[in-house]
Amino acid sequence: MNRKLALAAALAACLPASAMAQTELSLWYHGAGSANAEEALVNQLVEEFNAAQSDWRVVIETFPQLAYNDAVGAAALAGELPDILDVDGPVMPNWAWAEYMRPLGIDEAKLRGFLPGPIGRWNGEVYSVGLWDAAVAMTTRRSTLVKYGIRVPTLDAPWTLREFNDALRKIKVSGDFEYPLDLGMAWRGEWYPYAFSPFLQSFGGDIVDRSTYQSAEGALNGDAAVAFGEWWQSLFENGYAPGTSQDAADREVGLLEGEYAISWNGNWAALPVVEAFGDDALFLPAPDFGDGPVIGAASWQFGVSATSDHPEGARAFIEFALRDRWFSAFSDGTGLIPVTSTAAADTKNYAPGGPLEVFYELSEAQALVRPVTPGYIVQAKVFEKALADIANGADVADTLDAAVDEIDADIARNRGYGH
Amino acid sequence: MAHDLTRSNRAGWLMALPGAALIAAFIILPFFLAFAFSLTNQRLVSPNPTEYVGFENYRNMLGLAVFTLEPERDADGKAVRGADGEIEYPRLRKFTRGNPDYPNLRNKREWFGWRSGENRVVVLASDVVFMKSLVNTVFFVLVVAPVQAGAALGLALLINQKLRGINLFRAIYFMPVVVSIVVVSLLWKFIYSPGDGLLNNVLSAATFGAFEPRDWLGNTSTAMGAVIAMSIWQGVGFHMVIWLAGLQNISPTLYEVAKIEGSGRWQTFRYVTWPGLRNTAVLILIVITMQAFALFAQINVMTQGGPLDSTQVLVFQAVERGYGKQDISGGSAISVILFLLVLSISILQRVMTRERA
Repeated sequence: MNRKLALAAALAACLPASAMAQTELSLWYHGAGSANAEEALVNQLVEEFNAAQSDWRVVIETFPQLAYNDAVGAAALAGELPDILDVDGPVMPNWAWAEYMRPLGIDEAKLRGFLPGPIGRWNGEVYSVGLWDAAVAMTTRRSTLVKYGIRVPTLDAPWTLREFNDALRKIKVSGDFEYPLDLGMAWRGEWYPYAFSPFLQSFGGDIVDRSTYQSAEGALNGDAAVAFGEWWQSLFENGYAPGTSQDAADREVGLLEGEYAISWNGNWAALPVVEAFGDDALFLPAPDFGDGPVIGAASWQFGVSATSDHPEGARAFIEFALRDRWFSAFSDGTGLIPVTSTAAADTKNYAPGGPLEVFYELSEAQALVRPVTPGYIVQAKVFEKALADIANGADVADTLDAAVDEIDADIARNRGYGH
Repeated sequence: MAHDLTRSNRAGWLMALPGAALIAAFIILPFFLAFAFSLTNQRLVSPNPTEYVGFENYRNMLGLAVFTLEPERDADGKAVRGADGEIEYPRLRKFTRGNPDYPNLRNKREWFGWRSGENRVVVLASDVVFMKSLVNTVFFVLVVAPVQAGAALGLALLINQKLRGINLFRAIYFMPVVVSIVVVSLLWKFIYSPGDGLLNNVLSAATFGAFEPRDWLGNTSTAMGAVIAMSIWQGVGFHMVIWLAGLQNISPTLYEVAKIEGSGRWQTFRYVTWPGLRNTAVLILIVITMQAFALFAQINVMTQGGPLDSTQVLVFQAVERGYGKQDISGGSAISVILFLLVLSISILQRVMTRERA
């Protein structure tokens, strides 16, 4: 007995002193094998947090992004969720509603000066906060616009629908490009609602009626939505944009190689454009189709699981991460948008005069989060299919009607999703 | 025999136990769960309790209606014609959406229709996507089963010869089977790529530029054909090997006799080879049919069911609904329908190919 005790004491002495009193917190992260510095930065954040205080020790486990949501669902069924969860912004309400997550309970004063996208709210409470945001812009070259006599739009005066159509027509008629506009149709999945639902919103429609979240009737198949659908279909009918069978490789390099004149793409793809075109590169705001220019918002965020025994520890970790220093570090490492203007001033790309500065302004001026409802996961799928079908020539009004029926039936089957 | 199995064979049963337990836990239990879930409103993620809903999931998928549209008429009662001379009809959404006079058309959508005199007859379905995936799946099986079995038999006959280097050919034909179907699908996606894909390049080189490049997977008329061709290419090697095993089971003395009797090539095939392959043929037909009904990976990687549902199939829809749209009950209902379909076709095949006693 004595020998065992002595052994335990000797073992304990080998451990770093701080680890003894620390309670372990588990953190799940989606970015295993990410191409950029994201994974290394999250690890560094965890290490510094563990060293900076003596109450908590965060243990990180990373998953490949494609398997992450399934892993969380399975863990929830088995009752083995980690303390701290990483969650994609539009998915958060679904997890909050399903009781995977609990409100952060964070002091909202700490979120002052944040961009709107990175704060995840559901039922009036903050459930998740992100360290970065993403934005989408019409990426092109100044020389291209000048050549075809197209006005360079600004945040205050974006292209109108007519101007945008005229621009596409002029470039198409010139025959200099395979397609005037690259929408990224090769990127099936969340890209469709993220990148294209802002067009619909700018026309005055939406994926679902946000006043109640109980129906899509009128929002997704009203006059504005049908006008959007007709315009959307015309892009492909007129040969302005490559359709759903676009080659993923063309999506990556088409703009750089001169196949496409304008590319609707995210800030994560912006640096190669700056490298290739230098000062000639332009990142332009979304056109105003009548109801104001809109782009999507919200990226991955941190939250606390509902089953965590130590929510105060999880909150301490998230509060530790919410500092300009980390916002700048992640932005420099990944090219993503820092969430405060003070952090932006401290980054390579988003500082005043930096190559991607415009994206911060886009996020601030045009960003609208995707519908904040647990049903978004289904609605996103339905929207994606409707847009793919319309692009392929399906009847606009009938397709949108069918999408509305499917969304409404799903909401009813889920008893209104707790709104 | 029976009492051997039940009484004096404890060791045998013990050895079978791990396998039997695994099969029970991962195949038999989920199979019955699918039946049970399809009668409820089970969701993948939900705080709401699961409820028994009877056959609602099936009704939502299988609902059909036939409706006759009369043309728009002007003051004289003549059918209004559009600029292109075609008769104009009122839009179906007038009848299907919020119209209390037509409760049976509620939220149904046009599946297909035809002209009948001045009228237009429309068949509406509650779930057009399901209907299309059902038809596409059956079409896929009807094409793939005979073509793949026939091509595999052809290849097996070709490589069932004693030639130098024949193993090389056997290996080449078998290679696509060894490669993962997901990888094969990705490769074929590049081959079918619009514009300057491999297939377009080869065809235009072979025709000295006369061939217009096509968007193979992006066109409703070619997408299913492209998936079928690629699936047959991938699976043919496997069934070739089964045919080959059958061929090598036929006694050489039968061929010798046929030769001595002066039988020609076709006669030898017809009266010696084919009867000897009878059991192999039944096996291959059933296996290909079941595999073809399970079509999923190619669709998931290459087309996602598009364009315009032209490659929508049952298993893809079951996964899309069950996991993508978190509707486990809907996905289960499709699985049950698929099971009943495959079961009845397999029984039919078995009855039709049974040796007459």
